[in-house]
Amino acid sequence: MTDTIFALATAPGRGAVAVMRLSGPGAGAALDALAGRRPKARQATVRRLRDPAGDVLDQALVLWFPAPGSYTGEDCVELHLHGGAAVIDGVTRVLLALGLRPAAPGEFTRRAFENGKLDLGQAEAVADLIDAETQRQARQAIDQLGGALTRRHEDWRAGLVEVLARLEAAVDFPDEDLPADALSAVRGLLHRLRGALDDALAEAGRGLRVREGYRVAVIGAPNAGKSSLFNALAGHDGAIVTATPGTTRDVIEAHLTVAGYKVLLADTAGLRAAQDAIEAEGVRRARAWAEGADLRLWVVDQHADDGAWREASALARAGDVCVFNKIDLPPGRDAAAVRVAAATLGLPLIALSVTAQGARPVLDELTRRVVRESVGAEFPAATRARHVEQLQSARASLDRAIAQLSDPELAAEDVRLAARALARVTGRVGVEDVLDGLFARFCIGK
Amino acid sequence: MTPSTRTVWDVIVIGGGHAGCEAAAASARVGARTLLLTHKLETIGEMSCNPAIGGLGKGHLVREIDAMDGVMGRAADRSGIQFRMLNASRGPAVRGPRAQIDRALYRKAMFDLLAAQPGLEMRAEAVEDLLVEEGRVVGVVGATGTHYRSAAVVLTTGTFLNGVIHRGDERIAAGRAGDAPSIGLANRLYGLGLDMGRLKTGTPPRLDGRTIDWAKLSMQHGDTPPIPFSFLTEKITSPQIACGVTATTARTHAIIGARLSESAVYGGRLAGRGPRYCPSIEDKVVRFADRDSHQIFLEPEGLDDPTVYPNGISTSVSAATQDAFLRTIPGLERVEVIRHGYAIEYDYVDPRALDPSLGVKRLAGLYLAGQINGTTGYEEAAAQGLMAGLNAARAAGGRDPVTLGRDQAYIGVMIDDLVTRGVTEPYRMFTSRAEFRLRLRADNADQRLTSLAEGFGCVGPERAGAWAAKAATLAEVRAEAARLTLTPNVAVKAGLKVGADGQRRNLTQLLAFPSIAFDDLARIWPHLAAWPAFAREQIEIDATYSGYLERQDADVALFQRDEGLVLPADLDYAALGGLSNEVREKLSAVRPRTLGQAARIEGVTPGAITALLSHVRRRAA
Repeated sequence: MTDTIFALATAPGRGAVAVMRLSGPGAGAALDALAGRRPKARQATVRRLRDPAGDVLDQALVLWFPAPGSYTGEDCVELHLHGGAAVIDGVTRVLLALGLRPAAPGEFTRRAFENGKLDLGQAEAVADLIDAETQRQARQAIDQLGGALTRRHEDWRAGLVEVLARLEAAVDFPDEDLPADALSAVRGLLHRLRGALDDALAEAGRGLRVREGYRVAVIGAPNAGKSSLFNALAGHDGAIVTATPGTTRDVIEAHLTVAGYKVLLADTAGLRAAQDAIEAEGVRRARAWAEGADLRLWVVDQHADDGAWREASALARAGDVCVFNKIDLPPGRDAAAVRVAAATLGLPLIALSVTAQGARPVLDELTRRVVRESVGAEFPAATRARHVEQLQSARASLDRAIAQLSDPELAAEDVRLAARALARVTGRVGVEDVLDGLFARFCIGK
Repeated sequence: MTPSTRTVWDVIVIGGGHAGCEAAAASARVGARTLLLTHKLETIGEMSCNPAIGGLGKGHLVREIDAMDGVMGRAADRSGIQFRMLNASRGPAVRGPRAQIDRALYRKAMFDLLAAQPGLEMRAEAVEDLLVEEGRVVGVVGATGTHYRSAAVVLTTGTFLNGVIHRGDERIAAGRAGDAPSIGLANRLYGLGLDMGRLKTGTPPRLDGRTIDWAKLSMQHGDTPPIPFSFLTEKITSPQIACGVTATTARTHAIIGARLSESAVYGGRLAGRGPRYCPSIEDKVVRFADRDSHQIFLEPEGLDDPTVYPNGISTSVSAATQDAFLRTIPGLERVEVIRHGYAIEYDYVDPRALDPSLGVKRLAGLYLAGQINGTTGYEEAAAQGLMAGLNAARAAGGRDPVTLGRDQAYIGVMIDDLVTRGVTEPYRMFTSRAEFRLRLRADNADQRLTSLAEGFGCVGPERAGAWAAKAATLAEVRAEAARLTLTPNVAVKAGLKVGADGQRRNLTQLLAFPSIAFDDLARIWPHLAAWPAFAREQIEIDATYSGYLERQDADVALFQRDEGLVLPADLDYAALGGLSNEVREKLSAVRPRTLGQAARIEGVTPGAITALLSHVRRRAA
């Protein structure tokens, strides 16, 4: 027998209203015990809540959601309490005494998933929504909860089912006078689907960027002004800024909100030949973080003439940004060489003095990048690494299917695997779907 | 009260159709004293619809029945008059043996096989009722009033439940044409309160072949030499015939289109759901209006029988309209009809009322097989008959039920589909229903099933001996194929195209290269030429599929893991939380034996499976 769980649905601490949520077979009885009698289903009603001794705990708005029309699919109750510690404690004591149990983290959503109220992608979206720090994260999670991710995968799955129906028609009905193009159309369909998966994978990073944050690494030689830029962008003193080479020995991260998007900004250790083991580790981490980032801000000291910029330049790639720092000082011997290196990579060059004028031009460029690389016409095909893996597996299966088209029974095997990979994100593929497609499309039956 | 007969049987099989024959034979092979009761001994093994056995998926079933020492394959080999391996140009996994059958020869072959089976007695007597005592079936009551007592009963009565034939305005209450439905037995079944559904199917008019202008038609011939169904048949000896091929015309469609209201379905007189893969000609004309022609195969029903079965035009319009549209078809301008086509609707028992051994959950000792379970086709019926007869006999002998897995046999796929998902149209086997199609092949049915069936107790000595010899040869050549190896250098010198990767490859791995044929290797190792053809073929097939089968191993393992997670028989779904009412009802109705089976129930969500799994784990902990 399932037990009945309860938890505060609002953040703990003092607030005007605290929402207590109950779910399970005992929810209705608990409501009766607290509120005297049960209100009409799904209708907000004001009730006095009392403890078993009859003392009033609170005057609250109560809601009754009988199964299955509730968030979890079980009987659910919501108590909108006045948000004081005494009230919440009082209600909690009564619920415990009635045999209800405090919910484990995520347990309401787990029950909703188990009751078929949410598919896997939607359950993940609930977790994302709860963790969302920025508007854009929240927006993406809400769309995913609304089935946006499921819909994209279902579209592809429908395409695969169509392909399977045609392949199976060729395999299972060899004596029928099927239209001659039944199989030849399959090649076109498969190429289209693979193209769609290619496109989806090429921009699969978008959904992950929104969910996990757009990753920006500040790279450059020691003393080039990385931490000054980091601090100017982050707008706080999270990183220590000093003129001693090699001070920033680890990766320091700041969470920014840029145009509503979450941005992870990292200040990396100065990239140079390390002086000791600890610094060497810092350099290694800096490299790893920088290589995995969506954008690198390559900071150079245009006043320098020691050639130290070369080490970090190896990490910069096309699409990155060169921050040509310290222009309040006269150009050093390195300035011209850096300009050539940046031009060779095609990097835009932002010339400024961070200490003198702040980082506004860099922030503007960063904002343009984040928006450009996060916005897409469609909901992203993946918002987690798990989704990307399944998309990759589906694409590999389609590649094999295309190579095997002369043997439809083998191609069908690979298409089935591709459909199963996509189904792992949200649902499943059934043979009845295939048969439905087959009989709807072809006149079969001699 | 009629006195009970003294004789006590182990198993009684009711019905002499394809399910009944196979059930009776299997039961007797297991050693049970078996009685087959049917209306008429002359119609044992009757092919009431098309005169053919096998096909894609269906041919696989026949081979599996044969591998378990069933009778259908041998009877078809004795009576087949045109053998064709369907999909011969495709891979071995999807090749399906099929044969046109001489109906009279098939009846005779089946009767002879059953008559020769020790422990099996056949009697012509209709069954009026079941004998039920203390909630279990203990025998049957014959039409003569005789009580036949038995430990188990297998019911294979086809479409007899509330069967109604439709043709134009005519409506005839009937089982199969000519056989009176048995009211008492039907009432007994209805009285059990099992879920029932209604299905329909149709049959085409039978034509007089002497009035067909064969000279106008293109003819389809069989394979030479014909490839038999049975692993025990050396050679097909019956004379072989050809079938005619023709097609409907725009005029045919115009006539049918104008008289659609005569059709039982389009006239609204028939409610049952028909098979989508076997649409009536009315269906084809309506649903595929863009086509002005549909293919028809003209299949002779026997060597000495002028009756011709026109495959592809089942119909329920009036007899006059049938005559009119037939004569618009090339070659049939002057055709005479021997028996007009009709549609039949009938009740079936929702097979979710059965456990995987095909026993009725609600009434111990009773087994159902064949069309009564919502299937169509002789092969589907026979395969169920075999499993039902086998399990009835085992139950009578106090032994545990046996089943086949979806990873082992098409028979396993079919029975799992039936008892887990039920049916919404007459269930027919397709190769696409088998998720492990590449390993469930017609060519390896004996390798998959004969040893297993010996363990079940349903394999006779002749089959056991033949299989032992074949298995030994196969083991030998497989060991040899693994032992014989070449380095790339040697292979290239011998003219084989392999990568120069230093990888030493064995014979099977070499054969997996599309450019390398068995004969190429026989030049290198001359003793391979002495391998028997079947052994050589198996090694070639092993090579063709090895990559796919290895990739599929992970899926098979996953499948077996879920099948290995047995759900407690006493699991109370009503008390199991975290499940919607809908899912709970479905689980309670089917009572899946494993987690894998639960996941295959329609409407059971992945979430519900997670809940079930965590419940079972908690319970086990």
